[in-house]
Amino acid sequence: MSEGQQTPQTGESEDAEPGMAESTEAGERPVTSGAESVARALERTGVETLFGVQGGAIMPVYDALYDSPLDHVTMAHEQGAAHAADAFGIVSGEPGVCLATSGPGATNLVTGLADASMDSDPVVALTGQVPSTMVGTDAFQETDTTGVTNPVTKENYFAGDADSVGDTVGEAFALADAGRQGPTLVDLPKDVTTGPTDNEPAAGTAPETYDPPERADSEAVATAAGVLARAEKPVILAGGGVIKGEACAELREFATEYGIPVVTTMPAVGAFPEDHELAMEMAGMHGTGYANMAITHCDAMFAVGTRFDDRLTGGVETFAPEAEIIHADIDAAEISKNIAADYPLLGEASVVIEQVHEAMADERAADMAATGERFQEWVEQCQQWQTDYPMDYPMDEDDPLKPQFVVETVDAATDDDTIVTTGVGQHQMWAVQYWTYTEPRTWVSSHGLGTMGYGLPSAIGARFAADDDQSVVCFDGDGSFLMTLQELAVAVRENLDITVFILNNEAVGMVRQWQDSFHGGRRMASEYPWVPDFAALAEAFGARGFRMEGHDEVADVVDDALAYDGPSVVDTFIDPTEDVYPMVPSGGSNGRFVLAEEQL
Amino acid sequence: MTEGLQGPAPDERPQPSGRRNAQGIRIDPEMEAVHDPRRTALSALVQNEPGVLAKISGLVSRRQFNIESLTVGTTTNPETSRVTLVIEEPEPGIRQVEKQLEKLVNVISVRELGDDAVRRELVVLKVHGEEPDKVNAITDMYGGETLDAGPRTITVQITGDEQKVDDAIDAFRQFGIRELARTGQTALARGEEWTTHAEEERYERTQVRQ
Repeated sequence: MSEGQQTPQTGESEDAEPGMAESTEAGERPVTSGAESVARALERTGVETLFGVQGGAIMPVYDALYDSPLDHVTMAHEQGAAHAADAFGIVSGEPGVCLATSGPGATNLVTGLADASMDSDPVVALTGQVPSTMVGTDAFQETDTTGVTNPVTKENYFAGDADSVGDTVGEAFALADAGRQGPTLVDLPKDVTTGPTDNEPAAGTAPETYDPPERADSEAVATAAGVLARAEKPVILAGGGVIKGEACAELREFATEYGIPVVTTMPAVGAFPEDHELAMEMAGMHGTGYANMAITHCDAMFAVGTRFDDRLTGGVETFAPEAEIIHADIDAAEISKNIAADYPLLGEASVVIEQVHEAMADERAADMAATGERFQEWVEQCQQWQTDYPMDYPMDEDDPLKPQFVVETVDAATDDDTIVTTGVGQHQMWAVQYWTYTEPRTWVSSHGLGTMGYGLPSAIGARFAADDDQSVVCFDGDGSFLMTLQELAVAVRENLDITVFILNNEAVGMVRQWQDSFHGGRRMASEYPWVPDFAALAEAFGARGFRMEGHDEVADVVDDALAYDGPSVVDTFIDPTEDVYPMVPSGGSNGRFVLAEEQL
Repeated sequence: MTEGLQGPAPDERPQPSGRRNAQGIRIDPEMEAVHDPRRTALSALVQNEPGVLAKISGLVSRRQFNIESLTVGTTTNPETSRVTLVIEEPEPGIRQVEKQLEKLVNVISVRELGDDAVRRELVVLKVHGEEPDKVNAITDMYGGETLDAGPRTITVQITGDEQKVDDAIDAFRQFGIRELARTGQTALARGEEWTTHAEEERYERTQVRQ
């Protein structure tokens, strides 16, 4: 948990008393049931918005919410609720909450929980369950929810009784936020939520057995700092943990003081301003050429809050093959899981970066007095790679519309703090490659799980977490959009100011690209012979629909769509032959990224 | 007008000569450094809550850890159980199992047992009863106990370390083994050493309470 977050702090119950007195209408609205205790527990966390879908077994909880000041957004589908909560968590830094009923409601959440689990996004899911006495009888809408969600949650709970259920929800919320963030779930049998209790839940704390490290061992820090100080070609690899751990300021100070190039993973996009001269931007499969050159040729890597996903590393045999690896993480299990850490540092990202920063100063003072410009030659090399491998796309005015041009145009037309959400596929890669991210928590995407359909529901969740003057833009693919488009009804009902650009190539483009590259062009089940008229579809939902086709109309349509105060959908007919490059083929060497299909 | 991606093709770029092995460990390209799997036992102190065993077995299965046996039972504290896992993994895999187990919220403490740990397992064997004297002799030889003897079957129990139990099973084969049930290994650290890190603290806490 970072200091910047405002979840209830651990404390004895006596300390919590003043907080309770302040809690909303506590006096007027005494707790009488398990469900009311659940609602009170949620109120105590400070969360204001819930995302969910009603249903039989969760009805008692909704009944308690009827009297609660908490806002509830009724989503069209539980998957949408989970993604909205996930995006809310990414943008706000605090757990997003989703609710669903038992059986299909709970199983519909699973994709969203798996997504949150892969990306360490803080989410709390509350699911209804059949009454305890009927559990195990294959009752109507019964599913073993804790069993089903076990592999995709940080921890899950089966609520045992009405007296403790509120405290369990408080604990689940605290645990989702503590240490390495992630999804938690509380399964709520109907007899527990309807059961009598007057228990006012205490402020939630993570369980005693969950004890994430804060400060790294100082000797290990000193050794690691020595390795960095003596390196010739160091890089910082910032992972999603830098944003999750509120360590962006520390990262920036450290990198700029010593002039160390910064590469990010995809979840860390926005952790370091991409317009900074030390920014190498994103590495990995569709990362920039210069980021991949930098990580391939570095001799020391300070990796912070990353799990070395295979889309980042390519084949591990060729990943930073000459680098001594300093790996800072809050989760000991990430150390040497995929890439062996020569110098593991366990602790919170912000703390560890500061520790290394301070230790570097000592190290330099002691051993490296005359090394002010030490890394200059390496930085120049990295900048040379930026020149050698520019991020660019071929475009002629008469060409079909280039998706990269659309992304750049929208970026130019919006403020720096604009939040971008995406689905998964080619459009996602163009959105990350051609938008210049300068602030954390503005890039909201499905990284580890690669969930097509994430874009629209996450834009809804992001909208509720964003400041009122912040724009929310969603880049989606036609394939991704078709997976969760029903959430457009929610965006209209709530009159949410979000702008969806469907980069429409009438195909599941990334699959088609792989078929062309690796399956001899046999395009099985990747091209759509027909796609809906997305602009008309948007209008049918009550949103504004736009179309754009030529380069010359982009600027005007983008302006109109952004100016509309409500949900709008821009059906963007892009060049269907456009593919995503650079590319490191799966399992390949980052240093051998290809610039075009012929190089594969 | 823009040009598109440019720059030297993959084959025209310098490539570093270093290499890692499949476990992500930097190696001397001249040498093939491979960690061979090793058989070892981990002891985990866990909270005695519903679902904890499912969480541990789920973890082992979804991360494809190579597990030989798993035993579980309560301790003197009704709130905790001890789980003993025997696994066969290369060194990095053993460390992963340890850390992934430790990460489970219901797991209090995990440790790999040393070579000198006190380890036992138990087998209950049911053999054909035609030669009771010989069965008795073998049972005595392995310090076992006869649990049930009838005209057609004799059931015995043997305890010991894995090797002894293996040997005993082999020795009983001559009578024809009808059925066999074997526990996995359960173990404690030897002497004054605590089996996992959390035990000492917990033990002292209970002493104070008493």
